[in-house]
Amino acid sequence: MNPALRILAAGPGATVQDAGRPGFSRWGVTGCGAMDPVALRIANRALGGGEDAAAIEIPLGGLEVTAESEALDVAVVGGDFDVRLDGRRLPGAVALRLAPGARLAIRAGASGAFAYLAVAGTLDVPAVLGSRATHTRSHLGGLDGRMLRAGDHLAVSRRREVVAVPAAIEAAALAGESGPVRVVLGPQADHFEAEEIAAFLSRDWRLSPRSDRMAYTLDGPPLVLARGHDIVSDAVTHGAIQVPGSGSPFVLMADRQPTGGYPKIATVIGADLGRMAQIRPGEPVRFAAVPLEAAVAARRLREERLAAPVRLVPLVRSDFTTADLLGLDLVSGVVDARTGQGR
Amino acid sequence: MVPLRFLDSGEAMLVVEFGATIDAALNERVLALDAAMTRAAIPGVIETTPTFRSLAIHYEPLIVDRKRLVARILDLEAEAETMVRSARSWVFPCCYEPPHGEDLAEVAARLALTPERLVLLHTERALRVHMYGFSPGFAYLGGLTEDLAASRRAHPRPPHPADAVMIAGGMSAIAPLPMPTGWWVIGRTPERVFAPRRDPAFLVAVGDEIRFEAIDAATFTELSRRAAAGEPVARVGTRR
Repeated sequence: MNPALRILAAGPGATVQDAGRPGFSRWGVTGCGAMDPVALRIANRALGGGEDAAAIEIPLGGLEVTAESEALDVAVVGGDFDVRLDGRRLPGAVALRLAPGARLAIRAGASGAFAYLAVAGTLDVPAVLGSRATHTRSHLGGLDGRMLRAGDHLAVSRRREVVAVPAAIEAAALAGESGPVRVVLGPQADHFEAEEIAAFLSRDWRLSPRSDRMAYTLDGPPLVLARGHDIVSDAVTHGAIQVPGSGSPFVLMADRQPTGGYPKIATVIGADLGRMAQIRPGEPVRFAAVPLEAAVAARRLREERLAAPVRLVPLVRSDFTTADLLGLDLVSGVVDARTGQGR
Repeated sequence: MVPLRFLDSGEAMLVVEFGATIDAALNERVLALDAAMTRAAIPGVIETTPTFRSLAIHYEPLIVDRKRLVARILDLEAEAETMVRSARSWVFPCCYEPPHGEDLAEVAARLALTPERLVLLHTERALRVHMYGFSPGFAYLGGLTEDLAASRRAHPRPPHPADAVMIAGGMSAIAPLPMPTGWWVIGRTPERVFAPRRDPAFLVAVGDEIRFEAIDAATFTELSRRAAAGEPVARVGTRR
């Protein structure tokens, strides 16, 4: 049997995602891809793979997996999730060798809305229109175009061995930014009076429970549209903030439709899309307008941070006792080789 | 001619706006610039999205900066006016009979037309793909006679069948993927407008023309079988 990840339990919304499906928006195809692209890239980098490779995106409902047939080296990066291997608590950003039968549980932790489980190898789901990203609404990509569920097998090809011992992942790009989410005003800021734009930027919004991969709805006093709430549909991008007739803005996220017919007051800058995605329903959010040049500078800084080395710091020397380490099965490579032959 | 507007949606999408309305002449300018942008293959431009009245340019600002991009677009727009854009003209079989034209009788009654008259009006003109949007392969078709300008439903109907042919808001549409919709389903084409594993996955380009040809339910069944086996059942010619 080929090596595979087996899903033991999955909350709603866990999907296979990669860097997305660009190039087909002219045919009505959604870009989709990881909600937090930076976390996906670091998880893949930690395992030495192509940074846009497909991984499993885990929302607040969590995920439990094991390896089948052979041990798999995996990395978890994202929000501050509760990560446990056979019940033992690990750091939220961690790389480890997952032995067959071992249970890796990733659940919502202190903060953050998405974590990524990357594999050293290729998640063997077919590329559709050039991408493995799942778009559940149009049943494209991933595993049969749907959310993952208990019992699913995800075959892994071109398996690599890169994590000798469990290790915390340290990366410059993981350093959390704080402060308001930065936006560039427009493209339809002229549909709003100056005081409405000021209100949008000064208000403490709260992320609505009606938020998903398609859009994050903002709860708060409604905005007033000076020039009506319908425009002739045009293209939209990840991060565009539309204001419909209700006056409750919503931020278009990874699974947005490629076109939309509401005025867009502002657009979240590329460097802050991951941070926006990690906000949980019920949490507050504020926006700050920046000039286009600042958005480009922030994008450049993000790329510089991502280019810095991703360090794997073995947990041997840090916060784990000898008993824990034995429990973590640091010699699993040897053990696996032996038990693997018996299969 | 109205001057172009350049609108930023963040630092990675630039919208070139030709106007604010649905208008065949505006759409023609959008498509001409789109074709010119495709030919120019500017490094850093990831993709372009043509819509009724604007062309969105998705770009990587760390490769091509906005100022340079705008300069190139202005050059290309000037050239594009003189270019002949290639477009195809399709004949799409469409079955308006039961069980396929699910909402035909209802929307015909709203338009004070007989179902037969509605079918005649829908098949007599070539329609043009103004843009795709909403879902993969959902094609907005312009050029419909005003006699078929039914307003949208007040509430969405249950999911339409695959490859539904619909009308609403003065337009027609082909919708490959079943979804709840506010449009009226008047027929269904046996052609697969979108097949993710076929090359090409999408048959009809933005700017192409489509004329519908009425077929009976038995022909629909036969053509549908052939389409499922990978045979094209829509016909194509060159418009210009």
